[in-house]
Amino acid sequence: MIIRAGHWARRRSDKSDLLTFRPSDFLKFRLLTNYNCMQHLEAYRSRELCDIVTGHIHRMADRSFCFMEVCGGHTMAIRKFGIPSLLPSSIRLLSGPGCPVCVTSRLYIDQAIYLARQPDNIICTYGDLLRVPGTGGSLEQARAAGHKIQVVLSSLQALQTAIDHPTKKIIFLGIGFETTAPATAAAILRARERKNRNFFVLSAHKVMPPAMDAIISAGIPVNGYICPGHVSTITGTSIYNGIVDKHQVGCVISGFEPLDLLQTIHMLMRQVVEDAPKVEIQYTRAVRPEGNPKAMALIREVFEPADDWWRGLGVLKNSGLSLCSRYREFDARTVFSLPDYEIKEPSSCLCGEVLKGLKQPQECLLFAESCTPEDPVGACMVSSEGACQTYYHYERKITGIR
Amino acid sequence: MCLSVPAEVISVQGDQALVSVEGVKMQVSSVMLNDLKPGDFVLIHSGFAIQIIDSKEAEASLEIIRHMRVARDGDLSHTGG
Repeated sequence: MIIRAGHWARRRSDKSDLLTFRPSDFLKFRLLTNYNCMQHLEAYRSRELCDIVTGHIHRMADRSFCFMEVCGGHTMAIRKFGIPSLLPSSIRLLSGPGCPVCVTSRLYIDQAIYLARQPDNIICTYGDLLRVPGTGGSLEQARAAGHKIQVVLSSLQALQTAIDHPTKKIIFLGIGFETTAPATAAAILRARERKNRNFFVLSAHKVMPPAMDAIISAGIPVNGYICPGHVSTITGTSIYNGIVDKHQVGCVISGFEPLDLLQTIHMLMRQVVEDAPKVEIQYTRAVRPEGNPKAMALIREVFEPADDWWRGLGVLKNSGLSLCSRYREFDARTVFSLPDYEIKEPSSCLCGEVLKGLKQPQECLLFAESCTPEDPVGACMVSSEGACQTYYHYERKITGIR
Repeated sequence: MCLSVPAEVISVQGDQALVSVEGVKMQVSSVMLNDLKPGDFVLIHSGFAIQIIDSKEAEASLEIIRHMRVARDGDLSHTGG
């Protein structure tokens, strides 16, 4: 059985060994098989080893600590594995702006829907973005209304759609942090190589450090950052040096298993106790200090830093990635005329405060009442990595709140 | 969105790699990695192999934690990384 990334939705009747997967099938498959293919990774869920680290954490917890994760994968893993329940009450864990879907503006969704409404356009998007509300509805609702919006699992699948539909204009919604940006860049380079003139990218790619800087500059009392594992796989450690130097706050790059997270918390506690903030890698099996130079070269070739808007944080200098001028022929913002207006959020929704760590999801009056995963009001309830949806699934029952 | 799946490389041809996730095979782009070879474990993200997983480092990290079983906090100048 062979599944070809980039060919998911295309049935290849000429090759019987190719399986056509629907995106929903792949998501289930991905969750079921997450990490179980590596025998040694089972150890990272070992109760015995977790108890060892937890014991050290409890012995060291003679003061207050406040750590923030800035990765949606960590947001989910921390709650899913019940990490807070293993920690002493003096350790506070906050969720930060680490879910790209959650920090993306309603304006971006509106622009995507505007493009979807144009004849001859096909929107290709990762599934995470489908249900995020714009001002006038979501991409999912636009698709239900008959507009051409296709879920893809890879930027190369979007490019394949462009190749398969030469008379259509294919607009790929490029969203995500440094982990995902090189994939978008690779598709653009491939499109140029193939001389594809019907493939465009609407970039909402962002980079992590400006948001981490903004959180601490806003006075949020964070003692250390649990840094994103897969972002750091691409970037390496150097992107966090500025945070440590400017704010004297430690940064530990963490894996996603319970033992990873507990070890990361212990490493951050040690940095606080010893008053020695620095950048450390806990996730050594996947992160090298230099990152992935080829992936970083792809980003630098295609993108350039640009100011960008983040939910809860506003416009942050050089926090986004826009296509540089030599690739403007692929830039949807250059090629198409897009709606633009001042971004305003619904006043009743606390997503912005949640993303800064100032509020917990259950402090929002809408939480689990008018805002649920089935019928979300805010973006943090839409994404499976959003703080609100994670709390809804894993924390609500423990705390007994609503 | 930044979730990645570990997979074993079965074969490499040009900038494409055939990988296996629990026996399920899929074709991914290896354009972001040099010197990928059959038997390597890689992280897959949105159809791309983004990094080679270092099994020795994985075991070394576990060994550090096993060491913590008998160590006092003051002995732990380095608990990972």
